[in-house]
Amino acid sequence: MTAFLQVQAIKKQWAHTVTVGPITLDVARGEIVALLGPSGSGKTTMLRLLAGFETPDAGGGRIVVEGEDVTTMAPARRRFGMVFQHFALFPHLDVGENVAFGLRGRADADRKTAEALRLVDLAGFERRKVQELSGGQQQRVALARALAPEPRVLLLDEPLSNLDPALRERTRRELRLLIKRVGITTVFVTHEQEEAFDLGDRVAVLSAGHLEQVGAPEELYERPATLFVATFVGRANVFRGAAARALSGADGVVVVRPERLRFAAAGLPGVVRERRYTGAAAFFLVESESGERFEVLAEPDAAQVGGRVFVTAERVIRLPENGQ
Amino acid sequence: MTRRNAQIAGTLVALLLVWLVVFPVLVVARDAADGAALRAFFGRAGEWAALWASVWISLASVALAAAIGVPLAFLFEWFDFPGRKTLGSLVALPVVLPPLVGVIAFLFLYGESGFLARAVQRLFGLAEAPWRLQGPAAILLVHAYSMYVYFYLFTRAGLAKLDVSMLEAAQALGAGRWETIRRVVLPLVRPSLVGAAILTFMTSLGSFSAPYIFGGGFRVMTTQIVATKLNGDVPLAMVETLALAVVAVAGLFLLRRTEGDDILVALGKGIAPRPRPIRSPKIRALATAAGWGFAVLLLLPHLTLALVSLVPYGAWTTEILPPVLSLENYRRLFSEAERLRPLLNSLWMSAVSTAIAVVLALVAGWLVVRRRVAVRRAIEGLLALPWALPGTVFAIALAMTFSVHAPPLRWVLVGTAAILPLAYLVRALPLTGRALLAGYRQLDPALEEAAASLGAGQWRTLARVTLPQLRPGLAAGASLAFVAALGDIVASIVLYTYETRPISIEILSSLRLSETGVAAAFGVVLMVVSALVLGIGARR
Repeated sequence: MTAFLQVQAIKKQWAHTVTVGPITLDVARGEIVALLGPSGSGKTTMLRLLAGFETPDAGGGRIVVEGEDVTTMAPARRRFGMVFQHFALFPHLDVGENVAFGLRGRADADRKTAEALRLVDLAGFERRKVQELSGGQQQRVALARALAPEPRVLLLDEPLSNLDPALRERTRRELRLLIKRVGITTVFVTHEQEEAFDLGDRVAVLSAGHLEQVGAPEELYERPATLFVATFVGRANVFRGAAARALSGADGVVVVRPERLRFAAAGLPGVVRERRYTGAAAFFLVESESGERFEVLAEPDAAQVGGRVFVTAERVIRLPENGQ
Repeated sequence: MTRRNAQIAGTLVALLLVWLVVFPVLVVARDAADGAALRAFFGRAGEWAALWASVWISLASVALAAAIGVPLAFLFEWFDFPGRKTLGSLVALPVVLPPLVGVIAFLFLYGESGFLARAVQRLFGLAEAPWRLQGPAAILLVHAYSMYVYFYLFTRAGLAKLDVSMLEAAQALGAGRWETIRRVVLPLVRPSLVGAAILTFMTSLGSFSAPYIFGGGFRVMTTQIVATKLNGDVPLAMVETLALAVVAVAGLFLLRRTEGDDILVALGKGIAPRPRPIRSPKIRALATAAGWGFAVLLLLPHLTLALVSLVPYGAWTTEILPPVLSLENYRRLFSEAERLRPLLNSLWMSAVSTAIAVVLALVAGWLVVRRRVAVRRAIEGLLALPWALPGTVFAIALAMTFSVHAPPLRWVLVGTAAILPLAYLVRALPLTGRALLAGYRQLDPALEEAAASLGAGQWRTLARVTLPQLRPGLAAGASLAFVAALGDIVASIVLYTYETRPISIEILSSLRLSETGVAAAFGVVLMVVSALVLGIGARR
């Protein structure tokens, strides 16, 4: 069976040195996919290509929804809903007019508007001015506006970055529940790993315009395909040469998560340089004899600053030497 | 619209603007290359005197306007006293007065047969008027009165952007009040001051009504050009026009160089200092009295105009105050077809030129900011160009260009109803252009994308999202353009015909016929319409 949303070898060259893609990605019906990457990785370009605000370079790249090729279709005819980073609510229209904007000409526009607002828990907010709303409420109006015309795909650009941190975690869970309840296929952009893991069914990691890996959060964390994914997704210690041999018994590049390192009676020797207490546990910054520095997550009283320790790895991730 | 079509549209708009604002000036430059005329210009002392007069009058206007406007700005921005808010906006009032109206109001108030002169004459039993309002002093008086507003408004805006923590930092570092002003405040508001200086310099260099009415034998370049042209010495008028254009561009260039870096402004993001109440009761009373006294002084010309407009023809001879007041002048103005015509002419010609200027600026703004067409710098420069050259230059340039039949670039438009709207349009382009370019730049592109993602096509996005968002800039630009066209005199005096004569021409001819009441009534109408339009334009 073919996927609901197919991105096939899409490419966009910005300048001589800046190219996004070619990227190929399949999204199943009702799935939530996160595009995760640092700034400049091409994730926003990808989203804008999906929305139709950018046109991909010619040369065979295609975007297909439900078997329909929309690669060069104008954004207005794509039926993709979009929530913008700063929400882009029309300041001269009230909440109801904003939500009804995409419902033009429909006899049931009022009812649909009310329904969309009820969906985001803002029933009865039709006549409020958008400037009067809190950031969280504005975000929900933007979501209601995008969902009201019943689009085929929902696109979210950094949907939570504009909210204050205290609100983010709760909104994240509510957003996921809501999207799952509607059942809409969703692609969203974020630069925060936690957000991508919490909200996405699958996460696509981008770096310098390339798709590094696509997979479920556990897969990315436990079995990263590249050094970039290993270090960008979660904390990671990278070992090479003698230290790598001491921990894994083999040559090459070895990645170990801090919580997978243990203090033991024998192993890689080193000295504790710093201790950062986080409550339930502590991060110990250890310097090996060959000068490598790495973090060990352990019980708060597992070692003292200045003390000599031996470190072993419970589980190592082996990567090819040139794993970019 | 595809990228290619946008490029084509951009090129077409740029070419249209070149034809409108560059081509006529080139025609002047070509016609000025006339041996006899050049010799006449460089040989005659009167020409050099007029050119020098234009320059020194403009520089003196800048100095006077700054001397009034800057202290006022500090007073109203930093100190609190009774009536501060009301007075603060009253002080900006002279900017509402179209130049010609301001000039005739001054004439009625301070002129040799004005209220003040009459009062002094009567008081001391003099046989003749005690003074004549004439020459450079009179011109400077009018300039200072109308142009200090630029310094006042710009400086207040600059002071309002100032971060109070910077003043506190200076004080914490041991600087006294004057040192803080000298070493922190003035450098920070310098861009505002230079902006006001440029605006004042350009306005006085192009000023026509004050030297025209008060100049007497004293000529500046703008009046010299029009006089030469009316005398029929066209080649010499071309040389004069070119000389004025060169001085304007050179002045603009030199003043721009003093503007300095914008870095200073970028830092000034914060809370402006709160106005401090004046504690000492004596100084407080003094400031209040001075403020109100100043406000009365500012309003006197307006009141004078209103009063004179109520005096029927021939009813006022030697008395200090007019003995009879009636609405006779207004009745005549609105009931006599030949008197109503200039008013209607001005209204429709201003409306048409403003509408075209707005549409052109809308299209240009979209091409420059949204589509970033290749010729965007050129379009922006062309839109601003008419501002850099005095109105006289364009009036003469259009008169020359459009009195010859040579399609497709030149047609005979002089003598038709099209020429004045065209001239007003050229003057309006910098106003609507700047307002709409700024509006487009402030507009979040995500709003238009949001509309598109919700299924709105180009036209619906324009009508429902873009235009409503641009409305404040559009209204501001359009109202300024309309008022400028309504109050224009220099293009009108060069290009009008009897059929298309606008208000300003009618005011001048009424004055010539000593129908001061009718002239004043026209002035009041002009003032009221201008104030209404500007008021509507400034509403959010």
